[in-house]
Amino acid sequence: MALEFRHVIKRFPSKTGDTLTAVNDVDFRVEQGEFVSVVGPSGCGKSTILSMTAGLYQPTEGEVLVSGEKVDGPNAHVGFMLQKDLLLPWRDIVSNVEFGLESRGLKRDERRARAMKVLEACHLGGFEHHYPYQLSGGMRQRAALARTLAIDPEIILLDEPFSALDAQTKLLLQNSFSKVIAEQKKTTLLITHDLSEAVLMSDRILVLSERPGTVIAEINVDLPHRDEPLKRRALPEVSEYAAQIFAHLKLEEKAF
Amino acid sequence: MTDTTQGAAAPQLPLKSKKKVSAMSTSRTHLYVSAGILLVVLVLWEVLPTALDIPRYIIPTLSDCLAELGRMYTFDRLVSHTASTALYTVIGFAVGSALGAAIGYLLGMSPFWEKVVSPYILALQIAPKVAFAPLFIMWFGYNAMPKLLVTVLIVFFPVLVNVLQAMRTVDRDLVNLARAYSLSRWQIFVKIEMPSTLPNLMAGLRIASTLAVIGVTVGELVGGNVGLGYLISYGGGQANAAMVFNAIGLLTLIGTALYMVLERVETRVLHYLPKAQH
Repeated sequence: MALEFRHVIKRFPSKTGDTLTAVNDVDFRVEQGEFVSVVGPSGCGKSTILSMTAGLYQPTEGEVLVSGEKVDGPNAHVGFMLQKDLLLPWRDIVSNVEFGLESRGLKRDERRARAMKVLEACHLGGFEHHYPYQLSGGMRQRAALARTLAIDPEIILLDEPFSALDAQTKLLLQNSFSKVIAEQKKTTLLITHDLSEAVLMSDRILVLSERPGTVIAEINVDLPHRDEPLKRRALPEVSEYAAQIFAHLKLEEKAF
Repeated sequence: MTDTTQGAAAPQLPLKSKKKVSAMSTSRTHLYVSAGILLVVLVLWEVLPTALDIPRYIIPTLSDCLAELGRMYTFDRLVSHTASTALYTVIGFAVGSALGAAIGYLLGMSPFWEKVVSPYILALQIAPKVAFAPLFIMWFGYNAMPKLLVTVLIVFFPVLVNVLQAMRTVDRDLVNLARAYSLSRWQIFVKIEMPSTLPNLMAGLRIASTLAVIGVTVGELVGGNVGLGYLISYGGGQANAAMVFNAIGLLTLIGTALYMVLERVETRVLHYLPKAQH
């Protein structure tokens, strides 16, 4: 399997001096090539899960494994993408895509060739020498995806990559991301607060509770067209799934 | 000055043609009005002192100043004085801003030392740097050293403070991204922090360039027998107001030239910023 959280607990020291438990006993696995979404109320520790997978910090208890190896620091197996595209404004698009490859000892022309290939796959051919400010928000996110794919990671972590976009761009971008990810057969963990986005794009959805976040439900999305959210969107079952997640989240609220 | 640069940038902006025309014409208008004001001031300068019976040693007229400029050129080695001042302005500016940037980046990388040193930086920043000039003359004598030191000192702080400020506000997510890509501390500095802080560094350099002229002038005023600052104190001693006027004009010219060079460099270096931002 590609990613595994084993009874992970993460505590942070809070400003008042107590400890704050961000996530509590999170336990799940993601199989090779699977697309899993994590949904939950804001502040439920979604981003904590992402940071621990990326190796930016370690769990307080339990362990995180990527391809069977314990994550104990930033590593090449994981590529992540945030709501902000984090493109370097002083580099053109192709150099931005090369950014992740620069600590890998690749030759300059190998890097360039690889970056150009990924740009083509993300339908950004012809824009390689544009600067980020010259591109639209959707194109910039595609460029950020290209940068993430360029390092050929085993897992892609997406942290609300569509939440800053307008509704139409969002739909188109979800579609193009799904296609590219399916073509490249990447294992993906999507963190989102958009329930229908989770249903449209995933094989499986993990529902997190409020802080301290823990997995309260796991929903298998048994629908076709995972690689084409625009098609999946037309299926009547989509709203049923969304309602199901909604119910889970509501339930948790009432318990408080 | 800003008007002309905006005018030059306007054709590159993807504005609709109508807007472009109006932007162009307003920048033209600015230019005409500016030139008009200059003309009026020059005429008044020439006419008023004589009309109001103000003696030449209080306010010399424009033609007095031009005549004096010719005299200074022939008898007072004006060119070498000007060149000396320009040279020390540039050297002082270069050394001071290099030091300011270097220490700014070093402190920016170490929050501990930044906290330790910041009260002293603040104190030195508040202390009037020009007041150090007599001290430096006592220490180093009547040579180029004192004015260079004053200039370096005066240029140092705005660059340091700008760089330090920018280092504090580098996007943490960009640094995390670089860390996730296993970049080393040095690579993060070179590839993320340096370019992120470039706009602030350039702003610091622009402020510093205007201060550099002040540093050199004060150094020359207080001691020595070269430079435009020296000509000011010499002219002042002889009640030769025209000489003082001329020296001030030339100092302004040196400062403006340095500033404009930096502005050019800035648009070149920061080409990736949308035009409206700078």
